[in-house]
Amino acid sequence: MSILIREDTRIIVQGMSGRIGKFHAEDMIKHGTNVVGGVTPGRGGETVLGRPIFNTVAEAVEAVGAQASLVFVPPPGAADAIMEAAEAGLEFAVCVTDGIPSQDMMKVKRFLRRFPASRKMRFIGPNCAGVISPGKGFMGIMPPAIYLPGRVGIVGRSGTLGYEAASQMKALGIGVSTSVGIGGDPINGSSFRDILELFENDPETDAVMMIGEIGGPQEAEAAAYARDHMTKPVVAYIAGLSAPKGRKMGHAGAIISAFGESAQEKVEILSAAGITVAPTPSAMGETIAKVLGVRQAA
Amino acid sequence: MDIHEHQAKDVLGRIGMPVPRGGIAFAPEQAMHEARKLGFPVVVKAQVHAGGRGAAGGVKLCKSEAEVSAFALSLLGRNLVTKQTDANGKPVHRLLVEEATDIAKEIYLGLVLDRKSERIMIVASREGGMEIEDLAEEQPDALIRMVIDPAMGLLPFQSRELAFKLGFTGKQVGQFATVLRACYRAFRDLDATMVEINPLVITTADDLIALDAKMSFDTNALFRRPEVAALRDPGQEDPREDAAAEHGLNYVGLEGDIGCIINGAGLAMATMDMIQLAGGQPANFLDIGGGASPERVVAAFRTVLSDPNVSVILVNIFAGINRCDWVAAGVVQAYRELNLSLPVVVRLAGTNVEEGRRIINDSGLPLISAETLAEAAATAVNARPAMAA
Repeated sequence: MSILIREDTRIIVQGMSGRIGKFHAEDMIKHGTNVVGGVTPGRGGETVLGRPIFNTVAEAVEAVGAQASLVFVPPPGAADAIMEAAEAGLEFAVCVTDGIPSQDMMKVKRFLRRFPASRKMRFIGPNCAGVISPGKGFMGIMPPAIYLPGRVGIVGRSGTLGYEAASQMKALGIGVSTSVGIGGDPINGSSFRDILELFENDPETDAVMMIGEIGGPQEAEAAAYARDHMTKPVVAYIAGLSAPKGRKMGHAGAIISAFGESAQEKVEILSAAGITVAPTPSAMGETIAKVLGVRQAA
Repeated sequence: MDIHEHQAKDVLGRIGMPVPRGGIAFAPEQAMHEARKLGFPVVVKAQVHAGGRGAAGGVKLCKSEAEVSAFALSLLGRNLVTKQTDANGKPVHRLLVEEATDIAKEIYLGLVLDRKSERIMIVASREGGMEIEDLAEEQPDALIRMVIDPAMGLLPFQSRELAFKLGFTGKQVGQFATVLRACYRAFRDLDATMVEINPLVITTADDLIALDAKMSFDTNALFRRPEVAALRDPGQEDPREDAAAEHGLNYVGLEGDIGCIINGAGLAMATMDMIQLAGGQPANFLDIGGGASPERVVAAFRTVLSDPNVSVILVNIFAGINRCDWVAAGVVQAYRELNLSLPVVVRLAGTNVEEGRRIINDSGLPLISAETLAEAAATAVNARPAMAA
């Protein structure tokens, strides 16, 4: 089953007429993702990659039954595009855009709270690589070839570090049910805890690899959730052991500004919650292998 | 992005924040002129993007023109080292000359973007003048926190509640509402990430006044805040970080000797960790970003090599929207153009990896290839030239 993306999920791309949106939509389609259309205001009626373009998300819902959206809109309009998707009744949206102002994301989160749980859009990102269920489809910018289909879930802030984990696992013959990038921004749509809950309830996921980093409270929240509510094993890695305090490390959210936000403190919090922490970033694959009890290739 | 104290006081003062009268000076004569206008005594404050100025000798109460002149001479053009700067400190190019304030009591007031509630949070304490980090550690119960709903904004009863909790009485309650409203409006309307008034002072005449002010802004929002972008002072920033940003590179200079060229912030941090675990020290954090051209890779080499401590370079790329062949072409081009002689370790994975490795191997250059993250880090640490005897 995997989480978030099914083979039949009807996906649209907001910003599909743009160069970047079109490039990635083409790759998604090539790998079997069910892209049913795109949205670019003012370009309604055109066709891109053989799919219809609509002026609004609401029109895409009406005409092709859109259920999920990948948002490739540049920073000034990205938050607005996400709120439009939520209002139109989509189940799920992923935003890849890097550089959205924090107060815009604050507004998005406040806007999503207006909806009752039954019709509240699940939102992932921004500033993330996206979501892939290997063999079923993907919404994002990752290279699909590095993922082996399988039964381990991956959730991480960093795109490239998620690739690193998937390829280490593939080298050991371990496959992925779904890999979710929650993004590197300080305010994001779904937290580690939110995604852990989805994996815990997914019958096709046996264990979870969680890749955190310095800054923010979300790894600690996830640790408490895993300790109190999860039956499946969680393996974690926290990037930034060598990062100095108070300096921003690339991601807007990767800055140590409060107690409990350094990599060292997060490792302690996760370990105390019973989560196995990979000692190095090159040991993510072997640590999950050990936890799964898989015999490593000689 | 940080701004200077005098700029923060200008911004806040224009929307109602009571601040001391004062003027800015770039030379001792200017400082004396400003002091004469205000009348003695005055407070002269070094303007640098760092806290802890008082303890570092960057702030002085001056009772005469001679004192102002001597203090200005001793500061201007020098670097001020505080406990919040590195060992080199920050250059002092301007001074704020202010009227002295009679202090009866000091309060702490800060507004931050709270990642847990995902809203603007007010943090306040009756104990002003201390750094908030020390306050949080020593007297965590003395901190008062209040969260603002972005849909409603700051409500008058919230200001009153906070004023009474902070022990204000009489006319101070209304004055505090004005102070808080100015902070909140500046935060919201200018896309700040932090506004700090420390201390907010109750004068001996029972009035509130902002003795110090600090503001930081969301760099992602500068495209719509030209008035904030104009307040930037590049003299307070690491010139290497600025030069890198112009090429779409994200660079942070560090203390070690292993230069890093990596794609993705997470992988960059992980590679730095791996270097440390292998017994080395990274010279920098550097993310080349997505879709990096060979030219951007060459710019990355230039940036890393602008640090004289670098003795080996580690290139670690896991390409998604990047292409290993473009990166490899950039590495080869940089090696030739910059006449490199120091060891360069290259680890490529992901999109177009075979083509990338072929370019590296066929270049005829002494580039060292590595297959995995662990191998790359260990190879880089061991490739450092032996220390000169």
